Amino acid sequence: MKDKLQAIKDEALAQIEKAVDLDRLNDVRVSFLGKKGQLTSVLKSMKEVAPEERPAFGQLVNEARAQIERVLEETKGKLEQQALEHRLKEEVIDVTLPAKKNNVGHRHPNTIAREEVERIFIGMGYEVVEGPEVEYDLYNFEKLNIPANHPAKDEQDTFYVTKDIVLRTQTSPVQARIMEQGKLPIRVIAPGRVFRSDEVDATHSPSFHQIEGLVVDKNITFADLKGTLEQFAKELFGENTKTKFRPHHFPFTEPSAEMDVSCFKCGGKGCRFCKGEGWIEILGCGMVHPHVFEMCGIDPEVYTGFAFGVGLERIALLKYEIDDMRLLYENDARFLKQF
Amino acid sequence: MNTTLSWLKAYVPDLDVTAQEFTDAMTLSGTKVEGYQAADRDLSNIVIGQINQIERHPDADKLIICQVNIGGGKTVQIVTGAPNVKVGDKIPVVLDGGRVAGTHDGKMTEGGIEIKKGKLRGIESNGMMCSIEELGSSRDMYPEAPEYGIYIFPEDAEVGADAIAALGLDDVNFEFEITSNRVDCFSAIGIAREAAATFRKEFHPPVVTPTGNSEQASDYVKVTIEDEELCPRYCARIVKNVHIAPSPKWMQRRLAAAGIRPINNIVDITNYVMEEYGQPMHAYDYDQLVGHEIVVRRAAKGEKFVTLDGQERTMDENVVMICDGEKAVGIGGIMGGENSMITDNVKTMLFEAACFDGTNIRLSSKRIGLRTDASAKFEKGLDPNNAQAAIDRACQLVEELGAGEVVGGMVDVYSRKKEPVRIPFEPEKINALLGTDISEEEMLGYFKLVDLEYDTAAREVIAPTFRHDLFRTADLAEEVARFYGYDNIPTTLPSGEATAGKLPFHMRVREVAEDIAEFCGFSQGMMYSFESPKVFDKLRLPEDSPLRTAVKISNPLGEDFSIMRTTSINGMLTSLGFNYNHRNKNVRLYELGNIYLPKALPLTELPEERMQFTLGMYGDGDFYTMKGVVEEFLDKLGVSGHSTYTPDTKPYLHPGRQAQISCGDVAVGYLGEVHPLVADTYGIGEKAYVAVLDMDALTPLATFDRKYTGIARYPAVSRDISMVVPKTILAGQIEAMINQRGGKILEDCQLFDVYEGVQIKPGFKSMAYSVVFRAKDRTLEESDITAAMKKIWNGLESMGIEIRS
Repeated sequence: MKDKLQAIKDEALAQIEKAVDLDRLNDVRVSFLGKKGQLTSVLKSMKEVAPEERPAFGQLVNEARAQIERVLEETKGKLEQQALEHRLKEEVIDVTLPAKKNNVGHRHPNTIAREEVERIFIGMGYEVVEGPEVEYDLYNFEKLNIPANHPAKDEQDTFYVTKDIVLRTQTSPVQARIMEQGKLPIRVIAPGRVFRSDEVDATHSPSFHQIEGLVVDKNITFADLKGTLEQFAKELFGENTKTKFRPHHFPFTEPSAEMDVSCFKCGGKGCRFCKGEGWIEILGCGMVHPHVFEMCGIDPEVYTGFAFGVGLERIALLKYEIDDMRLLYENDARFLKQF
Repeated sequence: MNTTLSWLKAYVPDLDVTAQEFTDAMTLSGTKVEGYQAADRDLSNIVIGQINQIERHPDADKLIICQVNIGGGKTVQIVTGAPNVKVGDKIPVVLDGGRVAGTHDGKMTEGGIEIKKGKLRGIESNGMMCSIEELGSSRDMYPEAPEYGIYIFPEDAEVGADAIAALGLDDVNFEFEITSNRVDCFSAIGIAREAAATFRKEFHPPVVTPTGNSEQASDYVKVTIEDEELCPRYCARIVKNVHIAPSPKWMQRRLAAAGIRPINNIVDITNYVMEEYGQPMHAYDYDQLVGHEIVVRRAAKGEKFVTLDGQERTMDENVVMICDGEKAVGIGGIMGGENSMITDNVKTMLFEAACFDGTNIRLSSKRIGLRTDASAKFEKGLDPNNAQAAIDRACQLVEELGAGEVVGGMVDVYSRKKEPVRIPFEPEKINALLGTDISEEEMLGYFKLVDLEYDTAAREVIAPTFRHDLFRTADLAEEVARFYGYDNIPTTLPSGEATAGKLPFHMRVREVAEDIAEFCGFSQGMMYSFESPKVFDKLRLPEDSPLRTAVKISNPLGEDFSIMRTTSINGMLTSLGFNYNHRNKNVRLYELGNIYLPKALPLTELPEERMQFTLGMYGDGDFYTMKGVVEEFLDKLGVSGHSTYTPDTKPYLHPGRQAQISCGDVAVGYLGEVHPLVADTYGIGEKAYVAVLDMDALTPLATFDRKYTGIARYPAVSRDISMVVPKTILAGQIEAMINQRGGKILEDCQLFDVYEGVQIKPGFKSMAYSVVFRAKDRTLEESDITAAMKKIWNGLESMGIEIRS
């Protein structure tokens, strides 16, 4: 019996060594250690061993079993490692194949520009407000120091609904509405759509967008206006942006100015983009006209303030180098997906 | 407004700047230079030569060989084909290596054309004689130049001298952008005053000397103004023995540079003074004025009048007419009449320098449809005090040019004299407004630069009447700022009470809409607010649809832009159609924009503006894809829990594939498949889907507040319900029943199968739901589930549904 046991053990170890994969190894385990396995059948034939020898023989069988099991485990570990390595090798992919995209949509360039401007001013403590797009003449003109028959009314090519109601030509009427509410101090920006009767072409649209800004408080100065807009320009166009303020005229501000920024394409050296001037006109601004304060119920002897208006399309067109304004309203998917 | 540097230098002799320096400094002091053109930018090495000898070219019939004296004892040989030169002529000669601006047919070459010595048919030619066109100019500027051929200088021209300077081409023409408040700068003098102030040079306006003989103009003409509101001042002077001739070259060139065509000395003088002083003038043939009188009155309604351009025009009662004793002879401030215009035979004439109400001129010229150089000036509102200086200047020029004999005196009707404005001088307020620390003396110095006087005793600044823009301290602050330099004002940030920056709630909701739409593959479009009334028919709206009640623009760009939209659908479908037409596949667009709903027409109050979140798509996806986007959005707003979809009847949507969306009992929008006829109208060749959400309805319901509920610890139990359902019953009704009957332990119910077909009896569909139960506090027992399922079954059966399992 002992010899038989030894033979079984030797055979088992030899087969384990020969097993090339986990399946074969399992076959070996079953054929020797399984219910009907060879070693199990040796145990079953214990009755053929003399009773006094049975304990010693039992121990021998157990030792053989333990040894087989140990070798089995070791080999299994090795084979598993080999199998994993093999699988990983098999699973190599071409990482340059096309992605499976979710096809996320795109914001309109105008909105991107507006939200950027909003973020900058919200960071400086401004609240975003709105006003109606169909507006009373009173707010669009009268309270902004543009009385009846003022040439500015013609200059702005107003769309009229009735004698007293217009499509607003600027976001400035929001200034008058906010000041009339009388909550001081005021720090607001008012983005929105405005209308002027310009025929559609590459540089004109009968509807476009502005962002108005208004600050009213005690001791607000022209220097504050300059400082605020300079900071705005740096945040919008980059830290190295320089600003230039030129005298200008708006009926509702005095003194008034236009602000140029150094060309963000050439840095101010002059290029085709800035028509060789090195500067790009960005916005109009000024100190709130005392008469506007009076008409809106604010005492100009106590309060001063500044206001500014930025053309959103101008910023969007400049920033994204869009050369035709009509693209903004065509909503061509090939255009929109670039933003 | 265009003016040349040489003209400005006539009043500011010390002005010694380059064109670029001038541009930069003037722009920074408030007179914006839009651009400039140097007349000689493409010219070089051109001198005055004199032709000493002409020979015929031996090998070419049309060429001649000229020996040209170019001064300094030098002679050059030039071969030319010009037909008009003869021995002794003084001509512009560009020498070897020099440049001309263009060719003789007037074509300009950027950067000019270099002229090199060479051989013409074997004969050496060392330069070129120039026509006025080759010098970059034209016969408009140099009427004396021949129509074809070489420009010929007057006999007194100096041989060897610079031809560019001799022709006055060493000049720069500036284009200014003058703002409407600075009426005084629509004149050479006005700009020269600003230039002198900007460069701190002395300003020398023309010295107008007394003119006229011993006669009195008042013996010649009587002037009556019937409406002083519309014509506050009328000055008239008389010139007799008029001698019509061309005006001098310097005057012609200045006019041409300003864009005015020279005509004759009298007309040119009126135009010259208009450009110099900003005061339009007119000259009448005195002998054509019946009764030798001038009456300024309103026109009769429908009055016909022939202007000096030969056109008959129709007036109305707001137009000011200049009349003689019998008839109209001019439209006041706009254009004179053909019946009294200056002809070559005029003997005696009347100069008019008047002042008209600017608004009335602007509106009149619009109504008549006639805008002239004069009306463009008058409509800005001129200073009546300027009229006398202008008319006296015109008479001075008449005398200087020998154009006639000026009669003494002036007839002047001017009853309400315009007085200068006095403004208290408050330097501390100016500094407080600007954020500066400028001394009183410095400020007064700036005022002096632009002729603002200072009354020391009253501490008042006196603004001359030509300044229409100075009334109060803020206006003075601008004068100080622009001469102190906007650049020199410090930059600070507002001090004072801090304010919290914020985006209001309704705008945050809009940003969520943008985010969700984009995550779902929709790109943002931008649509017009106005559209055509034809839109209503395109959308198949019934005649009585309230959407047809729209705000009308009274002066639209055209019918296509004539009403304010009452629905956002047209804009979306138009854009989808555009994309389809351009073969873009799988297009998904969204828009956030207002519709405008009038409360009543005609408008007495503002229309209601409602922000619409509009989604549209064609290509991949169907009704339920669009519904999914809506749900994602409502989820983010925290309102999806009580949102419902009910079939709807919008005429532009598929009658069986559209739903109204409600949250609780508030209708918040709709979605559906676009009606095939409508899709066809918009040129969308496949199924398209839209959804419109009314942001003004949704925003009050929306919330970003969320409360955490514990993650379930006890197991869920799932049961399937399979049923045969009459087709008329909607999934939404079944889900409502399951939700109602399922009780507290119902966690979820999901439709997992719908089948309609041969295996199901006609009029019915098979549906299967998976229902999930779970309790928060315990493991459910079989009896809980059985009880809940029984209730659900009963409920469904009561709806006429047959339960299969």
